[in-house]
Amino acid sequence: MQEEATQPGSPQRIEAVPVRHPGRWIGAAIVALIAASLIRSAIDNPNFHWDVVGNYLFDQRILNGVVKTIELTVLGMVIGVVLGVVFAVMRLSPNWLIRGSSWSYIWAFRGTPLLVQILFWNFIAALYPSIDLGIPFGPSFIHLNANDFITPFIAGMLALALNEGAYMAEIVRAGIISVEEGQTEAAKALGMTRGQTMRYIVLPQAMRVIIPPTGNETISMLKNSSLVSVIAVPELLYSAQLIYSQNFQQIPLLIVVSIWYLAMTTVLSIGQYFLERHYGRGRMRDEPMTLFEQIRSGWGARHADPDELIGRHGDQSGGGAL
Amino acid sequence: MAEPVVKAEGVHKSFGRLEVLKGISMAVNQGEVFVLIGPSGSGKSTLLRCINHLEEINAGRIWVDGDLIGYRQVGEKLHELRDSEIVTARAKIGMVFQHFNLFPHMTALENVALAPRTVLDRSADEARRRAAELLKRVGLADKADEYPARLSGGQQQRVAIARALAMDPKVMLFDEVTSALDPELVKDVLDVMRELAKLGMTMVVVTHEMGFAREVANQVIFMDEGVIVEQGAPEQVIRSPREERTKRFLGLVLER
Repeated sequence: MQEEATQPGSPQRIEAVPVRHPGRWIGAAIVALIAASLIRSAIDNPNFHWDVVGNYLFDQRILNGVVKTIELTVLGMVIGVVLGVVFAVMRLSPNWLIRGSSWSYIWAFRGTPLLVQILFWNFIAALYPSIDLGIPFGPSFIHLNANDFITPFIAGMLALALNEGAYMAEIVRAGIISVEEGQTEAAKALGMTRGQTMRYIVLPQAMRVIIPPTGNETISMLKNSSLVSVIAVPELLYSAQLIYSQNFQQIPLLIVVSIWYLAMTTVLSIGQYFLERHYGRGRMRDEPMTLFEQIRSGWGARHADPDELIGRHGDQSGGGAL
Repeated sequence: MAEPVVKAEGVHKSFGRLEVLKGISMAVNQGEVFVLIGPSGSGKSTLLRCINHLEEINAGRIWVDGDLIGYRQVGEKLHELRDSEIVTARAKIGMVFQHFNLFPHMTALENVALAPRTVLDRSADEARRRAAELLKRVGLADKADEYPARLSGGQQQRVAIARALAMDPKVMLFDEVTSALDPELVKDVLDVMRELAKLGMTMVVVTHEMGFAREVANQVIFMDEGVIVEQGAPEQVIRSPREERTKRFLGLVLER
């Protein structure tokens, strides 16, 4: 990228006439034409009702739905990550019973559709009318009536969290086993305990592998939380459904919903970018560019050199093979 | 004479059906440089790893600084040590690996300062001050804030030595520490090791550097197929080996 600095005595820089690509230009023209007609129809077609979209975008009911959606996502994700770490460590246990139970959990919760799980939790009271917490086969300390305790919100959140836990377990496990054995050995040789080795050596390095898919999982979770609308939890989608069941403005309200989902996923993507940058430190020979630098160099590099891109990528993965 | 720092008696170690160590006995005295040579697969690295309990032995005993490694003897019976006890024993043994195994997410200084802080409970300031001192000693004072990926192999290995020294070990184990280095970087690492030997550090060194062995070692052991074939002063084992197998091996190594 910084090839400008010519060394003394180096040959003159090549100034060749670039090859023309008429095929690309025709393709681009077709794409532009299609895009323009789509945009025009969005503006012209009165059925979009953009005025209605504007009216409802910040409607109190929609905003409440957004808050509920965020609550579901955050709670589902936090519980999911905790479950994931626990089940990942269990899957790596030397004890087969512990390993097997973790495997069964992942098998069951990854092998059934989320929608089915949500409905299942909603009807849990039919299966277990009361929930007792205590010593198995012994006394119970807490007695709960399932019908009162498992509200639709709790049912939806549990379904999302337990489903997420199964996926996170696999992600965390992949992260832990991606850390070279030499790292654990070096830590052991220094006299660090298993716990210290996990905390200071393995998990920080596993993070680099865990963070990107976890970001994707969070974005999926945000969108999948719309599934709990089937059990009447007033999150973003169900809030909109309640409104359009009265005014029959389905399309504008679904656009409102989509705008909110897009806004939230965009924010999450930006957060994910910074997290990845943080946990990638020390892995690359060159410090990674900031977002601003990347955008700027993106403008400049219209003719990106594929070798350069591959070289950079190779550096990232090569840094691990010490 | 004082108790040896490292003592092994009749050590056996198998991986599945493969017996790698077939009854090894040795003693390393205070301040001695003890060099293990032999063809690959002869069990010398495994022996090193048994000394700090990275591998469990199947028979025999190993003592470091008078303490039995891995077990507690009560009467005739051996009891496995708990993790916390193994960890305490390991902290007295420094180890340097062939592939450095620096922690890539920490700077050179953090690599050196981590274990004193977490294992020895030193204050962060003290650990960092001492780490800086050690990095200076291995000639890397200016690289303290670099991440391992930006250091050459030789520099990484010297950081690894500083990291092991930070624990004030009773003995240092070196497992083919120059084998993964480019030839021109080997000297810097060997110089650091020579310096350590001169300062009286007890060292057990697995190496293929015969020049280093001849110059620095007090005792040399030639191992092959899990047994000690020949043992003695470097002059004797390397210059005028008695055993046929030793001669053949040295012929191959010194020819290069």
